[in-house]
Amino acid sequence: MTIGEVIEPTENVEVELVAGAEAVPRTQWQLFRRRFFRHRLAVISLVVLVVLSFACFFADWVAPYDINKLDLSLLGVVKGPSWHHWMGTNEQGKDQFSVILHAGQISLKIGFAVALLSTILGVMMGSAAGYYGRFIDRILSAITDGFLVVPQLAVLAVMLQYFGHTDTVIIFVLAALGWTYIARVTRGQVLSLKEKEFVEAARASGASGPRIIVRHILPNMIGPIMVNLTLSVAGAIVTESTLTFLGFGIQPPKTSWGLMLSDNEGAVNDTSKMHLLLFPGMMLLIVVLCVNFLGDGLRDAFDPQAKHST
Amino acid sequence: MLTYIARRILYSIPVLIVVSFVTFWGLRLAFDPLQKYRGQHNSASILPVQRHRLGLDKPIYVQWFKWFTKAIRGNLGVSDRTNNAVWGDLIHHLGTTIHLVVWGTLISALIAIGVGVYSAVRQYSIGDYTFTGLSYLGIAMPPFWFGLMAIVLLVTFPKTHWNLSQPIFYSIGLHSSGQSGIFNLDYVRHLALPVATLVVQSVAAWSRFERAAMLDVLGADYVRTARAKGLPRRRVIFKHAFRNALIPLVTVMALDTAALFGGLIITEQIFAIPGMGRYFLQSLNAGDAPALLGWVLLTAIILITANLLADIFYGVLDPRIRLG
Repeated sequence: MTIGEVIEPTENVEVELVAGAEAVPRTQWQLFRRRFFRHRLAVISLVVLVVLSFACFFADWVAPYDINKLDLSLLGVVKGPSWHHWMGTNEQGKDQFSVILHAGQISLKIGFAVALLSTILGVMMGSAAGYYGRFIDRILSAITDGFLVVPQLAVLAVMLQYFGHTDTVIIFVLAALGWTYIARVTRGQVLSLKEKEFVEAARASGASGPRIIVRHILPNMIGPIMVNLTLSVAGAIVTESTLTFLGFGIQPPKTSWGLMLSDNEGAVNDTSKMHLLLFPGMMLLIVVLCVNFLGDGLRDAFDPQAKHST
Repeated sequence: MLTYIARRILYSIPVLIVVSFVTFWGLRLAFDPLQKYRGQHNSASILPVQRHRLGLDKPIYVQWFKWFTKAIRGNLGVSDRTNNAVWGDLIHHLGTTIHLVVWGTLISALIAIGVGVYSAVRQYSIGDYTFTGLSYLGIAMPPFWFGLMAIVLLVTFPKTHWNLSQPIFYSIGLHSSGQSGIFNLDYVRHLALPVATLVVQSVAAWSRFERAAMLDVLGADYVRTARAKGLPRRRVIFKHAFRNALIPLVTVMALDTAALFGGLIITEQIFAIPGMGRYFLQSLNAGDAPALLGWVLLTAIILITANLLADIFYGVLDPRIRLG
């Protein structure tokens, strides 16, 4: 059934059987891949994200202009998009497309790193809380309750103001506050999985708690974990850009998409400079959109039976 | 019901205590209350005196207890930045923010319910697909970018290209100078864009949620029964299904109030509205610990109240849910 193919009885069934048409056993990975590639938007999104990340991380080679070199003839002359400068030029006379690629490095790096760190932390806390309960469970619910009554953005702003504004600090601060959601998801899954027979069997044969969690429970919830990992990339990128926009994130001379927006905030009063706001925000929009589609595709691929709202 | 409310209020007291203590401690670590005395020429002799006067030589929990006992009597101390009582400042800024919160929530809820119900009733229609696409965009849109683009396209563009003497919408503040009141065009023209910025994200998420809830209800047995009785479709949808599909949305809306207050920080900053969010940013940039403490306390109380109201409302809407 899961293969999703309907074998229709035909008259020459026997002939086909002779030809070796027995059902080909497929591995979990093959099934997953088939389901994922059927989700067209998710595949397109994956391609866009890979190309974009490649372009950003190798911006030194990909970018059409060297952003460290100044073209004095363009200094102070803000030009809209043209054939030579796809996204126009900014007030420093730099090609905005090149700047965007370099800025993307930091935005994407923070997004990926925060997603990875917060997922690892969240899975560890959540599985410990779900499996052992009691003390860790209380801490988890206390922290979750705390975030219900204090806006996270406010806490993040205060923490960044205190710890500084380098990208490493931003990554750790965002991860330190971003793990609660995945922890709650993990906790719920672990709570139901630990009552299953295979866990009982493992326990009966003497497996230790950590071993049961890592070898028996976590592999069974790789789907939700991967989906959350993906979706939290989007959350982290938007949070970083918001904090940077407010002045608590990345500081010059480094740059990110959020900082480009905050640098050019004055362009709201001048339509000829609109492209300075349009393109960095568009990059944020595209990345978040692609990440969300990718997450949807992964969710369908991991769990085809799951009911979802979209 | 009354015991439930009383219990919830009692339970929120330890939450408030813990939150305020953690905040107090964190802000004491982050900001030096003696900063303004450090640069002075006689700082060596002043510092110990001031440290003792402010009670900074006592353990942190004693300092916090002193602050907390004053705070519950309505004395949040004096702001380092404005030299006014923090409580008065906060109430003043809250008065401005209320406009955004009320209109933002109300409009978001109305649009989300309308769109959600429509999408569910006409599932897989062109309208449904359009709204689905729009909600994907809305969820992915960074709110501050939406605000900036709205200013460029709806304020600056009409003003410069159509040579208007004043813009159609304003992008600064709540009123023009000399204007006040809420039932005039000036107010609407000021509020339209900031409210839209707040609305975009919540509408996108809430309408998806309302659509799912409505689809759930439309598939329920009692809806089939109502149809089997021969009731008109419109009556089944609005009388039987619609009301029940509202219940889950209430919880989601309550859980999102914290995010709403976060969103206010950005919106008020972009549109220069002197509300709670802007007060927070100004206090943070000035390192004004008493103001920040008061802000966190007041926000926490508001959010706790919002969640409590939602739970009570939940019980009223759905008699099957026993609070207790």
